[in-house]
Amino acid sequence: MIRQRRHVHTSAEDFHVARSGLLEVVDLKTYFRTPRGLVRAVDGVSFTLARGRTLGLVGESGCGKSVLSRSIMGLLPSTAQRDGEVTFAGERIDGLGDDALRDYWGTQMAMVFQDPMTSLNPVMRIGKQITESLEVHTDMDRDQARETALALLRSVHIPEPERRLRQYPHELSGGMRQRVVIAIALACGPQLLFADEPTTALDVTVQAQILDLLQEQQREREMAVVLVSHDLGVVAGRTHDIAVMYAGQIVEKAPTATLFSEVRMPYTEALLRSVPRLENASHTRLAVIGGRPPVLVDPPAGCRFAPRCPYAQERCRTEQPPLIESDTPGHFYRCWYPVGTDAGREALERNLAANVPQAAAAVTGELTVEAG
Amino acid sequence: MPAPDGSVGTEVPDLPSLTPTATMEPVDLVAADERLHPESRSARQRRLGVFGVASIGWLAFITLMAVLAPVLPLDDPNENVASIVGQPPGTDGHLLGGDALGRDLLSRMVWGGRASLVLAVASIIFGMVAGGALGLAAGYFRGRTDTVLTGSFDVLLSFPQLILALTLVTVFASGEGISSTRRMVVLIFALGVVSIPVLARITRANTLSWSQREFVMAARALGTKNWRIMFAEVLPNVLPAMFSIALLGMAVVVVAEGGLSVLGVGVQLPTPSWGNILAEGRSELRDAPHIVLIPTVVIFLTVLALNYLGDVVRAHFDVRESAL
Repeated sequence: MIRQRRHVHTSAEDFHVARSGLLEVVDLKTYFRTPRGLVRAVDGVSFTLARGRTLGLVGESGCGKSVLSRSIMGLLPSTAQRDGEVTFAGERIDGLGDDALRDYWGTQMAMVFQDPMTSLNPVMRIGKQITESLEVHTDMDRDQARETALALLRSVHIPEPERRLRQYPHELSGGMRQRVVIAIALACGPQLLFADEPTTALDVTVQAQILDLLQEQQREREMAVVLVSHDLGVVAGRTHDIAVMYAGQIVEKAPTATLFSEVRMPYTEALLRSVPRLENASHTRLAVIGGRPPVLVDPPAGCRFAPRCPYAQERCRTEQPPLIESDTPGHFYRCWYPVGTDAGREALERNLAANVPQAAAAVTGELTVEAG
Repeated sequence: MPAPDGSVGTEVPDLPSLTPTATMEPVDLVAADERLHPESRSARQRRLGVFGVASIGWLAFITLMAVLAPVLPLDDPNENVASIVGQPPGTDGHLLGGDALGRDLLSRMVWGGRASLVLAVASIIFGMVAGGALGLAAGYFRGRTDTVLTGSFDVLLSFPQLILALTLVTVFASGEGISSTRRMVVLIFALGVVSIPVLARITRANTLSWSQREFVMAARALGTKNWRIMFAEVLPNVLPAMFSIALLGMAVVVVAEGGLSVLGVGVQLPTPSWGNILAEGRSELRDAPHIVLIPTVVIFLTVLALNYLGDVVRAHFDVRESAL
C-alpha cells in the first residue's frame, strides 16, 4: 500500500521531503525492562538526516548506538518500550507494527550487521540469500533475480560472481562475506542504510576496502547512510556529520570537519585523545578515559559524563546540560563548561588546583587513580 | 637460525617472489584446501567408522527386504505347513524354520519388517511434522506461545508413553472386526503423538538458539515474513538435530510396537510384524526358542543401528556448528 502511495508523490511533496530530510528522529527513547530495572538504552535522541548524506554515530560499547539504529527501524525485541517520533520520507513510522514496517524493511531502509560470520545463514547458498529478498519484494522470476544477484555481486566487487552464487558462506573470507551482506542489504535499493559497526569484525586492511565500498555505493545510489562505529578514525573521513553518543544520549553533533576542529564536549575530546597517533614514539602509553560508562538503569542526575570528566564542576553533577548550539551553525553539544572556551579552561584549572585525578590525567595523559 | 648440519644459512633457497604481480590469478581456495589436506575428505568418511557402515548396511538390507517383499520368492506368510510346525531353522529348506502354526518364519520376518518399518517411519514423520511445527513456533515466537506449547509438551511427556499409546489404540481401534489397516493407522497416530513432545522440545531448544543469530535479524530487516524466516532460515539449521532424535525415535517405536503386541494391541494379526511374531512365540519359548530369538535379534540389530547412526548425525552436527 505504502509503496503505491509513494508513486503518486507530487513534486512539491518531494521537494518538501528533500528539504526537511529523509529521516527525522525526535526525542527517541528506548527502554528495556530487565530484572534489575528499566534500562534507558536510548534516552531522548533527536537528529535529521537528508538524502545522500552520511551520519557517523560514535560512542563506546554500550552507549546505545546499535539500539538506536534498531529502534529507528523498529527491529526491537518485545521487551523494549519505545517513545518518540520517527519520520521517514515524510511519514511517521514509529507507531507502525511489523506488518506495516515490512513495506519499509529492505526496500526503503536496510541494515548491514557487524559480524558477517553470523549475519549470513550458514546452510543457504549465497545466491539464494540474495535472491530471497528480491523474491519477497519484487515480482521478478528466478532468472531475473539471478541476473540481479550477479549484478549486485559485481557491483560490490566480488570476483567470479557466478561461482559465488553457488557457494556457502563458510567458503568465503570475512571481507567477501561482508561484501555479500552489503549486496543483500542493497538488493532492493533502500534509500537509507544503517551500517552497524560493519568493519569491527574484519582485518584492518579489509576494513578500508569495505568502508570505501559503502561510500561508493552511497554516492552511486544517493542513499542516506548511518555509519555506526566505536572508532572515530573509521567515521572521520567518510561522513558528512558526526553524532557522538554517551549513555544513551547524543552529547555532541556537528559537521565532521567542525567536530574535529572545534571540539566542545569533553567526552569527544577524550575520545580523540585516545586515538593512537603515528607521530608518537612507539610504546607511548595510550590515553584512556578512566572509569566506565554509567549503568543505564540509574544514570547520574547531572551530566552523565561528569564522573569521568576532567572539567566537571558542582553544577555538572546536579544539573543536566541541554543540547546547545554553538557559534558554528549545526554544531550542538551538551556541556556547561565546554572545551575551548574560557569557562572550560577555568573549570579545568580549578580541577587541576584541587588535584582532581581526572583533570590531572587529561593533562599528563596518564591516569593514576581510577575515576569512579 | 643455524641449519641442523651446522652451517649458518649460507644458502638462501629460491623463494617465490612475495611481491604481488599486476595480474594475480584468482585462487581456488576450496581446491587449494583439498590439495593441502588430502586426508580431510577421507577423514569425513572415517568418522562413520566400521560400525557406521555396518549400521547403514543393515538398515539398507532390512529396508530393501521390506520393500521387495512382494516380489521375493517367499512362501505365503499365512500358509500353514504341517511339516514345519515349531521346527528350527533349516528344516525342509525353510531358512528360518517355522512358527507354532507352521508358517514360514523367513517370510513372516520379511513381511513383518514391512509393517514394523512402515510404522516406525510413518509415526516419526508424523511426530516430526507436528512436533517440529509446534517446537518451531514455540522457539521462534517465545513469550506466551512458548509457555502454552511447552506446558502442553510437558503434560504429554508426563504420561507414561506406552500407556498413552495403549490408551489411544484401545479407544480408537480395538474390539471385534477392526480391520488391520485401521489398526495400522491408529498405531501410527498413537506412536506419532507419543513422539511429538520429544521432537518438539529438541526443535524448540535449537530454534531458540538459532533465532538469536544475526542472520535471522538480518532477514527480518529485509522484510521477510515470520513464517518464511521460520521455515526457510531457521528450520534448515534445526533439521540435523531433529534427524538425530528422529533416528532414536524410530528405534523406540520399533521396540514400542513389540510392547504393544505383547499387550495384544500391536499390528493386527494375521498381518505379521516383528512385534507380534515375538509376542506369538512367547508361549512356545521352551519348545521352539528360535521363534522368539529371531525377531529379538533383528529388533536388537535395528535399534542398535538406528541409535548408532543417530549419534553419528549428532556428532557431525556438533562439529559443524563449532566450525562455523
